[in-house]
Amino acid sequence: MTPNTEVYQLNVNGKKCEVRDAWIGESLLYVLRERLGLPGAKGACEQGECGSCTVIMDDQAVCSCLVMAATAIDTEISTVEGLSVDGKLTDVQDAFVNEGAVQCGFCTPGLVVAVHNLLDTSPTPTDIEIKEAISGNICRCTGYGRIFEAVRSAAATRQETNK
Amino acid sequence: MKNTVSTNTVSINTVSTSTVSTDTITGTRREVRRDILGAPALRPDGADKVQGKFAFSSDIWAEHMLWGATLRSPHPYARIVSIDLSAAFDIDGVEAIITAVDVPGKKTYGLISSDQPVFASDFVRYVGEPVACVAADHPETCRRALAAINVIYEVLTPLTDPERALLPETPKIHPDGNMLRYQKIICGDQTIQGEIIVENTYELGMQDQAFLGLEAAMAFPDSGGAGVDLVIATQWIHEDQKQIAACLDLPVDKVRVTLGGVGGAFGAREDISLQVHCCLLALKTSRPIKMQYSREESFYGHVHRHPAKIWIRHHATNEGIIQRIESKMVFDGGAYASTSAAVLINGITHIQGPYKCESATVHGFAVRTNNPPCGAMRGFGVVQACFAHESQMDKLAVACGLSPVEIRLRNAMRTGDKLITGQVIESVAPVERCIRETDAIPMPVPLARDANPLELVGGSGLTSLPQNIVRGVGWGVSIKNLMYSEKFDDYATARCQLHDGIVNLKFATAEVGQGFVVLAPQIARSVLGVDEVILDPVDTRIGSAGSTSASRQTWMSGGAVDGACRLVREQLFEHVGKIHNIDPLRLVIEDTDIVDMIGDFRISVIDASTGAHFDQTFEHHHRPTEELDENGQGNCHVAFAFVAHRAVVDVDVELGLVKVIQIATAQDVGRVLNPIAAIGQVEGGIAQGLGLAVMEEIVLDNGKIRNPSFTDYLLPTTLDMPDVIAVLIEEPEPQAPLGAKGIGEPPCISVTPAIAAAIRNATGRDLPRVPIRPQDICL
Ligand code: FES
Ligand code: FES
Repeated sequence: MTPNTEVYQLNVNGKKCEVRDAWIGESLLYVLRERLGLPGAKGACEQGECGSCTVIMDDQAVCSCLVMAATAIDTEISTVEGLSVDGKLTDVQDAFVNEGAVQCGFCTPGLVVAVHNLLDTSPTPTDIEIKEAISGNICRCTGYGRIFEAVRSAAATRQETNK
Repeated sequence: MKNTVSTNTVSINTVSTSTVSTDTITGTRREVRRDILGAPALRPDGADKVQGKFAFSSDIWAEHMLWGATLRSPHPYARIVSIDLSAAFDIDGVEAIITAVDVPGKKTYGLISSDQPVFASDFVRYVGEPVACVAADHPETCRRALAAINVIYEVLTPLTDPERALLPETPKIHPDGNMLRYQKIICGDQTIQGEIIVENTYELGMQDQAFLGLEAAMAFPDSGGAGVDLVIATQWIHEDQKQIAACLDLPVDKVRVTLGGVGGAFGAREDISLQVHCCLLALKTSRPIKMQYSREESFYGHVHRHPAKIWIRHHATNEGIIQRIESKMVFDGGAYASTSAAVLINGITHIQGPYKCESATVHGFAVRTNNPPCGAMRGFGVVQACFAHESQMDKLAVACGLSPVEIRLRNAMRTGDKLITGQVIESVAPVERCIRETDAIPMPVPLARDANPLELVGGSGLTSLPQNIVRGVGWGVSIKNLMYSEKFDDYATARCQLHDGIVNLKFATAEVGQGFVVLAPQIARSVLGVDEVILDPVDTRIGSAGSTSASRQTWMSGGAVDGACRLVREQLFEHVGKIHNIDPLRLVIEDTDIVDMIGDFRISVIDASTGAHFDQTFEHHHRPTEELDENGQGNCHVAFAFVAHRAVVDVDVELGLVKVIQIATAQDVGRVLNPIAAIGQVEGGIAQGLGLAVMEEIVLDNGKIRNPSFTDYLLPTTLDMPDVIAVLIEEPEPQAPLGAKGIGEPPCISVTPAIAAAIRNATGRDLPRVPIRPQDICL
């Protein structure tokens, strides 16, 4: 592949990351996974349908498969790898593990990011709000039952701690 | 990223604190002190998975690696006239291109019969059949190289109608012929005519497993090409190893297969997809090769659930007692055999459903066509049979003036009943209990006049007017065989080592999401009284565990782990007995201690095993089974599980839209070994059965998939899933090593006919085909 000689910079999880010798057509998902050593976001459809690749760009949840990496300069990107601090699970991550919301786990990073985004913007979601908010994240294993429980429980814990 | 072959070794430390867990299924609270069998133990890989740290096969990266990609046939049936690689070789960054001539060993592979070429060389027989592979420095280089390969085809008329494949005058599309298998079942009185006779022809579309983690692997060549390491997402590493070695012409031990992180399977990873290609490219280039399918390619790159057409006629008394079944079942196997022969046998041997029936005339055909190959998917032939027999039960109920529940109760089979194959059901068979307990689950509240519009059919589309919405209720009950059938000895192996209070378990059981990684340590803790259990990497450095399919791993690999741990326990007791001068037969494990049943001797397992090392390997075999004879008679299955489903749906009869409101289910599980894992299997299976009922179908047009993407192949999302209320029926299975039956497949089997029946109930339509589409309801 003839590399592009341009160098560009992405802000990922609070760090400045240089992308060198990259083909300019690469998606943000590809660059995160294959160039920046952040394989947490997963690709399962590369069409914006499954949500496995969800990351946060400037406070918005986006499908990183649909974003050209080179257009993401000057944005703040956070990925699933940036959520837990010193290996301590976040409330959402904890709830996913404890409620049995994880089976194969391929959908999990995208869902965890999406649920963080939901609870950050709407801390007390109703059931239908939860369903709507994560309807863009496909899980083929769980049938979503335990995932709903995890979101409900994370929301409840957050309310408790915020009292 | 410097994450090379990381194989997700997991170690779990449980603290022996007292936790009170709420049993999510029955709502009863029970005290569980440690993560032993029966406890709601948490997945050891959960923390890594929620942090994005778990290495799936697609996450593996290596220095100097190249990307591999596959050129596929655009035609359902064509003769290859020539392949010109020169333009592709000229592209910068292309390191290798391989075709059929580069396959050093066996040119074909296959799970049951070896009829599928590694690369097509003379004919292509389905759209998507591999013709060549390239290795290059970047996925984009691969794409360009594939586009530059010039294959000239002579396009032939494809055979895409399975019924035409049955006709003797139809030209053969493969040297092995167009009939993959024919089997009949003839039993009982062939002349009975019932007072009540109901018949119909049912059809099921082609369903995709649609696991989320796409096919992915990385192959590392030995220097000099003497062997290869493959890290792959698969269901059965030993079967892969055997088939790859044959194609590479390498000794089996020179092909070392390690399980990479697997993002779901559901049957689609049982066959060879990119295994051989990836290894060939690695050997050819002497560099690590990463291969990963796109979603579109995945639709072409693995087998699917067989579409089927089933004619069936039931003879019954006026009281609704089934006397005889006649059926003709045609399964479209697509271009290559895969497991079609076994799928067919499951279909015909389950056509009576979980009901007594003394006479039957069944003809089953699995045929070859130029459609995409079909093989294993959760439910394996029984899904098709169940849709037919359950649709018939409702017809029978109407004809006899009985309720759907009553007709099923009157015919429900029990332990000791004989199947139409002559096999006696020895398994626990709580069919009646499944039905009654499902029936006892409260119905959902009726649709409120002022319901939130988002809760109506059509959801945020806000399309439905409440007055057009009709509610319906439907039933489905099923029987499913567990493990492999027809003389196949699908044994499982496990090794247990104990030292200093720590257990290491090694097995080749593929963890595909189902949760064997949580179950295996639970077994070890129960048997050995330890808390710390380390799971060694899953690879071919131990005997086979068989496939993670057929609802078999809890029984088979669970049995193997249990057996190995018991052998170690014997050694441990002997060791302790010798040191403390106690008859080892008097020793038992109590929590984390070894105690003398008669005296007051007590020592912790940690102390007793400190400085010692015990090491045992155990193979678990299920009881032998038989092949079917010419008339379809024989004890061909190992054991059976049962389940009932009741579906409640809302249908917008004007727009043809359906929303499933509630699924109630009672499932025969033998014994609940982990309530969280069990409910996860139940809910996940129901989602897939719902998909087949109303959403999921691979649409074929002259052998070509019209919808190979998640945009066009619709999968259930959070908004499609109803409330699931599940009861797990615990009647321990004496045959099963842990008393537990497999629970993976039953949930997805009878939920499909239950939903179809509910839609019929709401609309009054016949609806003999799934998935049921809007136009089937409103046009
Ligand atoms: S991979 Fe981006 S949405 Fe599916
Ligand atoms: S856990 Fe497998 S896709 Fe969600």
